[in-house]
Amino acid sequence: MAVDSETKKVFDAEAAASLMKDLRGSYASGRTRSYEWRVAQLKNMMKIVDDHEQDILDAIRADLCKPDQEAYIAEISIMKSSCLRALGELHRWMKPEKVKTSVTTFPSSAEIVSEPLGVILIIGAWNFPLLLSLDPAIGAIAAGNAVVLKPSELCPATSSLIAKLVGKYLDSSCVRVVEGAVAETSVLLEQKWDKIFFTGSGRVGRIVLAAAAKHLTPVTLELGGKCPVVVDSDINLPVAIKRIAGGKWTSNNGQACIAPDYVITTKDFAPKLIDALKHQLEAWYGKDPLESKDLAHIVNSHHFDRLLKLLDDDKVSGKIIHGGQRDKANLKFAPTILLDVPEDSLIMGEEIFGPLLPILTVSSSDGPASNEPVKRFVPTVGPLFQTGSLFRRQNNNVTFVDKLEECFDMIISRGKPLAAYLFTNNKKLKEKFVKTVSAGGLVINDTVLHFAEKTLPFGGVGESGMGSYHGKFSYDNFSHRKSVLYKGFAGDASARYPPYSDRKLKLLKALLSGSVIGVILALVGWS
Amino acid sequence: MRDLETDLEELRESYTSGKTKEASWRKSQLNGLLTLLKEKEKDIFNALEHDLGKHYAEAYRDEVGTLTKSVNLALSSLKDWMAVKKAKLPLPAFPSTAKVFPEPLGVVLIFSTWNFPFGLSLEPLIGAVAAGNAVVLKPSELAPASSSFLATNISTYLDKKAVKVIEGGQVVGEHLLSYKWDKIFFTGSTRVARAVLTAAVKHITPVTLELGGKCPAIFDSFSSSWDKEMVIKRVLGGKFGTCAGQACIGIDYILVQEGYAPTLVELLKNGTVKMFGENPKETKSMARIINKQHFSRLKNLLDDPSVKSCIVHGGGMDEHNLFIEPTILMNPPLEASIMTDEIFGPLLPIITLKKIEDSIGFINSRPKPLAIYAFTRNETLQKRIVSETSSGSVTFNDAVIQYAADTVPFGGVGESGFGSYHGKFSFDAFTHEKPILSRAMISEFWFRFPPWNDNKLALTKKAYSFDYFGFVLVLLGLKK
Repeated sequence: MAVDSETKKVFDAEAAASLMKDLRGSYASGRTRSYEWRVAQLKNMMKIVDDHEQDILDAIRADLCKPDQEAYIAEISIMKSSCLRALGELHRWMKPEKVKTSVTTFPSSAEIVSEPLGVILIIGAWNFPLLLSLDPAIGAIAAGNAVVLKPSELCPATSSLIAKLVGKYLDSSCVRVVEGAVAETSVLLEQKWDKIFFTGSGRVGRIVLAAAAKHLTPVTLELGGKCPVVVDSDINLPVAIKRIAGGKWTSNNGQACIAPDYVITTKDFAPKLIDALKHQLEAWYGKDPLESKDLAHIVNSHHFDRLLKLLDDDKVSGKIIHGGQRDKANLKFAPTILLDVPEDSLIMGEEIFGPLLPILTVSSSDGPASNEPVKRFVPTVGPLFQTGSLFRRQNNNVTFVDKLEECFDMIISRGKPLAAYLFTNNKKLKEKFVKTVSAGGLVINDTVLHFAEKTLPFGGVGESGMGSYHGKFSYDNFSHRKSVLYKGFAGDASARYPPYSDRKLKLLKALLSGSVIGVILALVGWS
Repeated sequence: MRDLETDLEELRESYTSGKTKEASWRKSQLNGLLTLLKEKEKDIFNALEHDLGKHYAEAYRDEVGTLTKSVNLALSSLKDWMAVKKAKLPLPAFPSTAKVFPEPLGVVLIFSTWNFPFGLSLEPLIGAVAAGNAVVLKPSELAPASSSFLATNISTYLDKKAVKVIEGGQVVGEHLLSYKWDKIFFTGSTRVARAVLTAAVKHITPVTLELGGKCPAIFDSFSSSWDKEMVIKRVLGGKFGTCAGQACIGIDYILVQEGYAPTLVELLKNGTVKMFGENPKETKSMARIINKQHFSRLKNLLDDPSVKSCIVHGGGMDEHNLFIEPTILMNPPLEASIMTDEIFGPLLPIITLKKIEDSIGFINSRPKPLAIYAFTRNETLQKRIVSETSSGSVTFNDAVIQYAADTVPFGGVGESGFGSYHGKFSFDAFTHEKPILSRAMISEFWFRFPPWNDNKLALTKKAYSFDYFGFVLVLLGLKK
């Protein structure tokens, strides 16, 4: 059809301008505004996922060698629940929100009306290639916009499938897919969009922001960061281990923006934690993980080499305590654990986005019973910690809370990640964590799960991004909330108008302070 | 510039110490603002009179009064705004709790502008401190008395280690932009907005842009003279009575059905005389033009001969006193600058249309304005305007008044900006709503994890589609 032949031609600046013209025309016609149109698109989006489940799984497997179950849980089921939620809630979301008005604007009534922004550009990422293109599109379409999707070129099978299915099932006058890489994305970015929604790296996020700045286009950036997992010792280890390991290695083998990036725990607890991790990994992936069919591959050789470089860094030699097996020809990389890598190592300097898990330890509390000062030399955990001895504590019983708490500062000093995780039963520690650690989202005693929770906004803060989505937050993300004020004719404080005077000032003061007497005087038309 | 570095470091330290997050600190800052507005009212009036020739009643109505209202609202609502909110969770997420924790963004930068130098500086500031941030405010150098007042008094009434006013023009602005901010709140022109957005790229800083645009007023016919009198006052107040038309939400031009235009012009002329006298140059109730540069700009709009010939009222200018009298024009050419650029002054073009409904198409063919005004009792027209046009806001039968409303967001869309504030929206503009999911550590669903098999997949499908019955059947091996 038209879409297929378009994707074969070169998509240049002219093509981008022409695409924009088409979509602007469609949007201006008012097509996308009706409830019926939006519902029809959402129902068809649901059909895409329902009727082509196997095609989708095949494409994702071809691109990423992601196990079907992982792709199902992480992409298909979330897509389905997004569609269902939007379909079920759309009526409510589209209703204007009536609000109270105060005495200052009396008599009046007001409401907030959600309207679409217009023509939206959604740039998807490669690690969840279906979800991260189509899920934002659900929000954009539910909000009544026209949409252009640019799926990631690093997943050619999925990108092509998306183009085909969107072309077949959705209204091509208002929803289009442009396939391509840097060149195509660049010409798209030169156009004036009413909103751009980008999922990907900080580096490309900045390119998107710079392009958007020229047209004053608002942008949502879903980026990443180094998501830390702080592990206390007083926890249900078997359950915690599954959640930590699951969050890391069953999320596209660590290639996920909210996957645990590194772990912080106490020196005392580390051996237990590591041991449990090793056992869990073996239970899941067998003695030779490279043989397992349940581990996703690394997306391409560029990223494979990037991960190799992190391991080949001199600073981490001798720190690898588990795993490290790799097969470049097949882009397979085994779950790998490192212990106490230096703060300034490459692996601690960037988001890992792979199956390497550094574990950092803070020194333990079981210090000597004597009155000697407890030496707190923690060279691995960054400049905020002091080397050398600390002041002697009252009774040398430094609690875990004191220790692990300090790592919160270290986490903050690295910039705000997309997510931060804490495993503990200690209420005080939880409270301090919530209060001190700023991140896109926090999860206590689990990892990654908040992604699936549609009543929570999902997005970053600081370097991890701006804006949020999921559920109604998606709808709002692609809407303009327009204030509508209806002023009555029943009366006016002439004090509002020139010519001004001292007396008018007095009345204005009464009016603006919400004084009822002031209002009465105004209604009577006192001048 | 060296002082700037020290200042910014001090701000960061204040924020990192955690003191700005405390409710007590936030309250103290808001109370400080309240006291400042009360104790220094006269000084504020004087500064506005000096910078803009604003009458103190107008200064109170548009700036001091609305600010006082906003601070009081923030004080009384702070506890609510700061509260952690619970989010509902579906059964498969059991046992978990979900909350949203509003936290400050950090150290924020507010750029203000010259036409409401107090309002547009302090309204965002209220939101920023209520939300627990450390703040730098850069007032506009074009309103020097107001800027100077803020620089002196904010440090007296508020915590000078966490809230700072930095004065200056473009150079200072650019220098400030070279630092890392957790948020930038900008009110001003689109030209400078682009520079701000571009500077924000480096640190991926979120920005709110409060810009402007040509705010149209659709003027329908009214039969009752009560209605007519009322709306004429509101139109004139919303144009000439608001900083002499130098307001982002001021009425820029009027759209009226051609048959009604003569009546409208008469009403406007009479209304203008009532408000500003026969000799407007002598009125104290109309603000002055901010400076010679803007005066020349406005003069140039009228100098165009094809525009000058359309003047039906006013047109008088006094460069020495930076005064332009209320000026009404009838159908200036649509390609003239007066109809393509935001006027930002006391020149009021009236554009006639065959039908009043044509105003919708007229507005839609132009960039999205900050506000659309419509003076009409016709509910069908009202509905069409709301659903068929796009703007920051829509106000029926009044103008500018939406600025004082705090239950609706105040902000633009498209070329008029993005983001919003006022009321709780101010708090939200400087807040990160941080979700927190908390789970109990009882046993885990085994089917969440590898090694994968068909059975696990079937269970997952049932659980995620909330098909509990089906779930149980699969579990019992009675279904695939």
